[in-house]
Amino acid sequence: MDLHLDHISHNYDGTAVLSDIHLDIPKGQIVCIIGPSGCGKSTLLRFIGGLEKPTEGQVLQVGNPPEDSLNPLTYIFQDFALLPWRTVSGNVSLVLEDHGIKGNAADAIIKDVLARTKLSDFADALPKQLSGGMKQRVAIARALAVRPACLLMDEPLSALDSQTRELLMDDLVDLWVRENYTAVYVTHNLNEAVRLGHKVVVLSRRPGKIREIVEIDIPLQDRQAHEHLLSEKQAHLWELMREEAMAADQELAHV
Amino acid sequence: MSDNSLTRSETTATQPVPYRGGGFSPKRARWVAPVVFVILITIWEGGARLGWISPIILPAPSEALNALIDLYNSGDLIRHLSASLQRLVGGWFFGTLLGVAFGVAAGLFTLARAGIVPLVAAIFPIPKIALLPLFIIWFGIGEESKIATILFGTFFPTVIAVYGGVDNVDRGLIRMGQSFNLSWWSIVRKIILPGALPAMLSGFRISASIAIILLVAAEMIGAEYGIGAYILLAGNLMAMDQLVAGVTILSLMGLTVSWIIGRLEKILLRWRV
Repeated sequence: MDLHLDHISHNYDGTAVLSDIHLDIPKGQIVCIIGPSGCGKSTLLRFIGGLEKPTEGQVLQVGNPPEDSLNPLTYIFQDFALLPWRTVSGNVSLVLEDHGIKGNAADAIIKDVLARTKLSDFADALPKQLSGGMKQRVAIARALAVRPACLLMDEPLSALDSQTRELLMDDLVDLWVRENYTAVYVTHNLNEAVRLGHKVVVLSRRPGKIREIVEIDIPLQDRQAHEHLLSEKQAHLWELMREEAMAADQELAHV
Repeated sequence: MSDNSLTRSETTATQPVPYRGGGFSPKRARWVAPVVFVILITIWEGGARLGWISPIILPAPSEALNALIDLYNSGDLIRHLSASLQRLVGGWFFGTLLGVAFGVAAGLFTLARAGIVPLVAAIFPIPKIALLPLFIIWFGIGEESKIATILFGTFFPTVIAVYGGVDNVDRGLIRMGQSFNLSWWSIVRKIILPGALPAMLSGFRISASIAIILLVAAEMIGAEYGIGAYILLAGNLMAMDQLVAGVTILSLMGLTVSWIIGRLEKILLRWRV
């Protein structure tokens, strides 16, 4: 299943937030969206998953999601969005219960996704006992449990410290190498974008327009070996963003 | 920078940086409360025995204790207490049940909120005891009017606490539920209600205290049995020892309720940071 963003524009209380976003998200690729703060990148992600409606344009699913996918468009949130009153396995089972998956069938899925995110020993822990990185791994496990066709990640590493971020980035790369998932990855961190993105979409400041789409054709698993090429890409992205970020910083908030 | 700046010259005063942190974090000290309690009772008892406190103004704690024992031996304690507890539990339970239902509705639905919230704001400040005569006309002088007073008194604070609690549930969690295609009912049951539970429990604490206040007031207006009736009678007979005994029972009731809710919070809100 591919996704196609068809000329999306959005106004919020008369302020243009996004303007004419036209973009393809092909199967098996990670598309990173970067842009200065307030450019509407998170809003765009909410459109893609159907949590909000754009004023103009639409998001199209091209082709059917795989039969076994319980929730084709699945989010991973910046603040993890775990239920604090449920254990790790309870949080995963939450998203299975509504599909009628209970008992042994649920246990098997939970066991599998916790193993894949290296959380097997923490199945009975409460979120308050976990570190930020582990919480986000629980959120990733929960997302994997519904076998998504496309993962929608909203700054998933922004709430973590830089060491944890490195580790989790490696996890995401490993996971992609194994499973070739499709993802839209919103971030303001250029390093994450060049490490994870097959395609990096640079948005301008508000109203967000696509400034440039940078393709990075080094395989994800080889990227750390090409430090030099990556930092070139990153520098290029920064050149694109610098002015936008500066201008965005000077703007008054319209709240 | 001259070389001198690195060595301590005799003319430059050297002292440790003054400590300015600390404080503002009271700790638990379990022994303080019993000690304060014992000291107060001792002063009171001593004052009464030495004749500093007239028994007409305030009886000695030992006399109040005797009154309590007499009350127990006569069998009236059980009668008063069970009458009071039935009213209290019945009124509080149904008031809370309705309050939770209306509070959740006001938290979830636009129409319910627009209808309920102004009504609650208008009726909540009325002292419910002022409505007791009305309830007596409606429901008679028996148990119903007393239970109705308590029910009414606990209903409104519960509505306010519950809909505030529902409002304060993290929108991010609700959005997460929607993003995983959870049904509306699942979101309410698994995300909103548990999320509003802390606010509900602190609402219960308040409504339980209000219920005890209204219980006594209602029993003072017309009841044969009940702690309120017992206190009123003691007051009329100038039996200060019985009055203090009755008030002590009320205090113990309040403490018990608060202890029960405290236990519930410990058990149900273990997940809280």
